Amino acid sequence: MKYASEFRDPQLAKGLLAAIEQAVADYPGRMTLMEVCGTHTMSIYQHGIRALLPKQIRLISGPGCPVCVTPIGYVDRAVAYARQPDVIIATFGDMLRVPGSTSSLLHEQALGAQIKIVYSPLDAVALAEKHPQKKVIFLGVGFETTAPTIAGSIVTAKQRGLKHYFVLAANKTMPTPMAALTADPELKVDGYICPAHVSAVIGADAYRPLTEQFKVPCVVTGFEPLDMLRGIQLLAQQVLSGRAEVENEYQRIVKPQGNAKAQALLTKVFEPCDTDWRGIGAIPGSGLKIRADYAAFDAEVQLPATVEEPKEHQGCLCGEILKGKITPKECPLFRKACTPENPVGACMVSSEGTCAAEYKYGTD
Amino acid sequence: MCLAVPMKVTEIVDGTAVCEVDGVRRAGSLMMLDDVSVGDYVLLHAGFAIEKIDPEEAQKTLEVFREVLDAGLLPE
Ligand code: SF4
Repeated sequence: MKYASEFRDPQLAKGLLAAIEQAVADYPGRMTLMEVCGTHTMSIYQHGIRALLPKQIRLISGPGCPVCVTPIGYVDRAVAYARQPDVIIATFGDMLRVPGSTSSLLHEQALGAQIKIVYSPLDAVALAEKHPQKKVIFLGVGFETTAPTIAGSIVTAKQRGLKHYFVLAANKTMPTPMAALTADPELKVDGYICPAHVSAVIGADAYRPLTEQFKVPCVVTGFEPLDMLRGIQLLAQQVLSGRAEVENEYQRIVKPQGNAKAQALLTKVFEPCDTDWRGIGAIPGSGLKIRADYAAFDAEVQLPATVEEPKEHQGCLCGEILKGKITPKECPLFRKACTPENPVGACMVSSEGTCAAEYKYGTD
Repeated sequence: MCLAVPMKVTEIVDGTAVCEVDGVRRAGSLMMLDDVSVGDYVLLHAGFAIEKIDPEEAQKTLEVFREVLDAGLLPE
């Protein structure tokens, strides 16, 4: 696979690892680096990167698994819509198993609800064209990589004059929660491995406020093992020399200013709002809601539903996991009451969730 | 769900690129990108090409990895 396999070369990986080891050899403490993005978490587990790193470097996972941070009330609302006979829910696959307060979409599907997994929000628009008698509701979750694709689906539906395509929007934006985590005194993050493809849209410069205000080093890296090792090397060097800068290891994709067209599409349809992060709480200005101009496509505005009172699951420590405060093994339910087959929390559902990654590959 | 893959553009029809990797073909809307040509590599995410891959920058990054390796092999 071009632009992937070259970035997995084991010989070059050895070189990077040796450089990291050399750099931190005399470092007396431990530096904590947070990978914010769920795909980085998955890659770290998949390639066994933690075990390869010297003991001076600790990697913790952050809140960048979109499914994991979607509040339980959102799942409950999706379940309520799924129960309406004239509704087809269209969604990315990993929302299916996420436990709501008393049900999940998978459960509703088993009871006869029409729930279709799509690869693209445009597939959901096509689904609406195929079913003119139904209301097709797309579950809009994800960060800045995905939000423009959802905006694109709404613009397309408008162009095609569709009146029965809706989005239940819970999209979130990235640099804001990183600032919130940095300000948390219980959590000492020495450097951020910044999300790769979110940065393709927002640009590497988006992390400047973090380096300037909070003096925490930020490196944008790709998802391949060599990218990640190089990112860790650059972060370690910054920590050792007391610098806090934005460095971009992923220049083959990410530009300083990002993708202006994608940003324009996003802001055409969405505007910032305050939003809840599951397990973390409310973070002002970190969400996206559909603008009034496109309210005709906003499920929450157009479609009433009787939603149950949200009830979080007892004992799930997803919030602590998403803040990087504990590892899955420190959760008493891990591998016992909570497994990918029967997830208690969202972190066990998505393949990008830290608990699911630890379950599948875990060795820490 | 955020998995985006580098794919080669093999055809462009009506603002949509036909993209291919390892024999798998997918359609990618070009709503977010200008100046895409057949033969380019793009990052495909949820049915949209979200960014072009810069072949020169890719080479430069691989060069850096090689330099790090070579530096480690030098006698102290
Ligand atoms: S193991 Fe399950 S219950 Fe424990 S934090 Fe993870 S998702 Fe929640």
